[in-house]
This record gives sequence, C-alpha cells and structure tokens, in this order.
Amino acid sequence: MDEIQKHLLMEIADLHGIPEGAYNIRSNSKSIGRASSANIEIVSKTDKDGIDIYIKPATKNEAVHIPVIMDKAGIKEMVYNDFHVGAGADVVIVAGCGIHCGSDTGEQHDGIHTFFVEKGARVKYIEKHYGEGDGSGERIMNPTTVVHLAEGAYMEMETTQIKGIDSTKRITQADLADDATFVVHEKIMTHGRQQAETGFEVELNGAGSSTNVISRSVARNSSHQLFLAKIRGNNRCHGHSECDAIIMDDAKISAIPEITANHLEANLIHEAAIGKIAGDQLVKLMTLGLTEKEAETQIVNGFLK
Amino acid sequence: MLELKRVCFGVRNEKGSKEILKDVDLTLEDRQFIVITGPNGGGKSTLAKLIMGIERPVSGQILFNGEDITDWDITRRAQAGISFAFQQPVRFKGITVKDLIRLASGDKALSTNGACRYLSAVGLCAADYVNREVDASLSGGELKRIEIATIIARQTTKLAVFDEPEAGIDLWSFHKLTHVFEKMHEEQRTILIISHQERILNIADEIVLIADGRIQKRGTRDAILPELLEVTGSCNFFKEDEA
Repeated sequence: MDEIQKHLLMEIADLHGIPEGAYNIRSNSKSIGRASSANIEIVSKTDKDGIDIYIKPATKNEAVHIPVIMDKAGIKEMVYNDFHVGAGADVVIVAGCGIHCGSDTGEQHDGIHTFFVEKGARVKYIEKHYGEGDGSGERIMNPTTVVHLAEGAYMEMETTQIKGIDSTKRITQADLADDATFVVHEKIMTHGRQQAETGFEVELNGAGSSTNVISRSVARNSSHQLFLAKIRGNNRCHGHSECDAIIMDDAKISAIPEITANHLEANLIHEAAIGKIAGDQLVKLMTLGLTEKEAETQIVNGFLK
Repeated sequence: MLELKRVCFGVRNEKGSKEILKDVDLTLEDRQFIVITGPNGGGKSTLAKLIMGIERPVSGQILFNGEDITDWDITRRAQAGISFAFQQPVRFKGITVKDLIRLASGDKALSTNGACRYLSAVGLCAADYVNREVDASLSGGELKRIEIATIIARQTTKLAVFDEPEAGIDLWSFHKLTHVFEKMHEEQRTILIISHQERILNIADEIVLIADGRIQKRGTRDAILPELLEVTGSCNFFKEDEA
C-alpha cells in the first residue's frame, strides 16, 4: 500500500495498517489482503464481483473490516457483499469507501450490502465514505444496504459521509421480524456543488419490532440534499424517523418523511427540522471569545459528532 | 472600569418606535459588585446586552478600562475580559457540557477533572454531566447552572455580567449561588448582576434601580429597597378598577 492508500484507509476505517481478525481490503477493484478467523469466513463470489461473509452462530466480540479504497482514475465498479450473521452472534462490521481522485476522470463505487441477521444476533455496522484529491473528476458513491432481521435480531448502523463525495445516492431497506430492532444514525455534510440523496425504507413486519432512523446533516455552499424516510408499520410496532438539518449559504435541503400504519397497534412518529444555525448559539460562543467563524465550526462539528 | 455615557436604545416595528433605555449614565469601578433591579420591562436585560455587545446603542458611548468599545463586536469584548451569563441559556445539539466548559476556559486541553471542578462549584455532580449534550435533555435549572459554570471557567474575566442568574434554579440553595458571586468578588473581578432576589441584593456593594428605561436611583440596599417596592407596587389600573 502506498501513502495515499494508507491515508484513505485511516479516514474510512481508523486503520493504520492491516486490521486484526477477519478482513478484506479491496483496492482498485482487487482484493489486496484477506484473512478469515476461526468464526468468520470470507469467500469471493463466483457469479459476480463481491464477497460472502459467514459469521458462525454465537460468535462474540469479533470484528470484520471490509474497507474499499480507490485511487486509480476511471474505475467504475459494482460490488455485492453479503453478510450472513449466525444466530446469537454479536459482532462489529466496519465497511467504508475512500476515493482519491487525482485526475479529470472520475471514479465510481456502487455497492450493495445485504445482511441476513439470524435470530437473536446483534450487529453494529459502521460505514464511512470519504473522498479526496485535487483532480476535477467526480467522486461518486452509491451504497445500497439491504437488511433482513430475524426474530429478536438487533442491528445498529452508523453511516457517515463528511467530505469529498460529489454525488451519492444511498438506499437503505430493512424488514424486521418479531421483536427485531433496527437503529440508524446517519451523518452527512455536503459542500461545493455536491448532491446527496438518502432514502430509507423500513418494513416493520413483526410484532414488537421497532426502528429508529436518525439523520443529521449539514448542507453548505450550493450543495443539495434529499432525505426520504418511509416506515411501514405492519404489526404491533414502534417506528421513529428524525431528520435534523442545518442549511448554510445557498444550499437546498428537502426532507420527505412518510409513515404508514397498516395495523391498529403500529405506533409511528416522524420528525423533520431544517434551519440555519440559531443566532443565539453563535452569540453564546462569541461571548466566550470565539469569532463568528470559529463559533460556526464548533456548532457544525458538534452537530455532526 | 466600565462607563456608560448617555446610552439610548430603542426598537422600531410596524406599530412605531419604542424607547427602551433613555440617557443612561452608569459607572462601575473595578472590583465593584452591583445589582441592577427594577420592574419587568424596565430595560435591565437590554442594558446587560448593550454591555456585552449583543445589542448596540442608538446613541451614547460605552467605555471599558478607558477604551471606547461602543463599536466593538461581541468577540472582541469577550477577549477584553467581559463575560455574560444568559437569562435563558442556549441549547446545542451535539456539544457536550465538557466541550462548552472547555471553550469557555480557553484551554484546549482541559481535562475532565478540570471541567468537573467548575461544575462542582455550581453544585452539579460533575460525573453525571460532563459527557451530556447541552440539549433539550437538560432541565432549565441544570442548564442555568452550566451557564454559570461557563462564566466561572473563563479565567480571563474582568467584568462578569449575569442576567437573572437565580431564575429557574429553585432547587439549588441560594447559599451556593451567592457563594459563587462572593468568591468571584474576592478574586477581584467586577460583577454586575440583574436580579430581583433579595439575597442577591443583600451581598452587593450597591444597587441600581432601573424603571421606565432610566436609572431611578443608585445606592445601598437600605436606601433602594423601599423605593423599589413603591415603583413595583403602583398599579393604577387595578386601583381605579377597585374604586
């Protein structure tokens, strides 16, 4: 790995080198390192580009890292990664994609991650997207996440896109069986002329299932953001979606929440708020000696922390 | 030393213009502790905001340690040593209590222990609060104490302005609140508090009574209190109604 690749890896996965445990590092459309562990097996797909990750039932306190890094101009790829999480397992999965674009030719990574989370298993899924480089080529990422949660399964998804991605369309779909829980924390910051579209579709099929989809975003300069959240309550369930956005400069943000109750005991809430930084927040930090610009940075950083 | 010279302030809206402060002259000597009191709507909070630079006077001059700061912005006044505790503290999503105390202290490397010291001074059990966000999950009283802690954390403070610090902290013994002010006073800082609370009036060097946008009187507690009752007790409307 060269310095650019190492830097990308650190940005998206907090990795300073090869991780411990099971991992697959994909660089410019090729796997440049892979390891399975006693409980976690990673195998290449034979029918299409991508990998299958098999996590044995009752695997506890293990992590899987599957970062993707790209720094070669003109690459466009579509990758399928499937996660099979056995019953009763409790694991952390760290994915993410970093693109370095140093030329006028763009780079694009589209990924479909599908999770089959078996009965009673718990997954923490961390996904970070990052772009850099001074080339004028577009850095494009379109991640799709499909989640199937069996009875009593729990998945928490943390997704972050703070810098450098010119265009993104992210889709997250989930279906939940009895007593399953799906929690999402999404953070997005767009600047320049970037476009970000993020759509959630959650089907609460099981009795006692619940979801909480929380998105915090900041749109600066002339960037555009679109947030869509659809939650359908098809049984006795709880659903909550929240889009909280700070708008700056000439940016535009749309938030379109939709909740549908198909059951008398479906309990669904949506909240959406878009606004500029509150004047009194700036004033308070300025009374502590910060300049207006420094105050703005603190507020935005805190909001997206 | 803080000097206000013939300071006027007013607002204009669709209903016309309204004068809020009229020709206010006020001098605060270094290390003086004064309380400004008076009926609601009399212009007290506006006066505090003018000193911090949150509002600007329509006319008149504000001097701090001999320098004309009338046109200085909030940041510059803060850096010159003026601190301000809000009547209604501001909430922030994502900024923790420790972040806020750290920003106030100006010490980028402020330790958790350091932040805890300031929180303890306002009667908060620091371990329960340092990592909490300064958001809607905090009660009004908790927020108010954290606000006061940010002022204590500002070691560079020369003049501290508190706008109704007692509001909303009913459960916190007044003893502790007054102790905070006395301690700051001992540390040679100049203190200006907007307050209606007798216990706070009791510990001030002097009391300034503001009503109808003007300084009505300035003096010791014994001289001001009877006058205060006279001003706030006059409700002609109700009396006429009774007659």
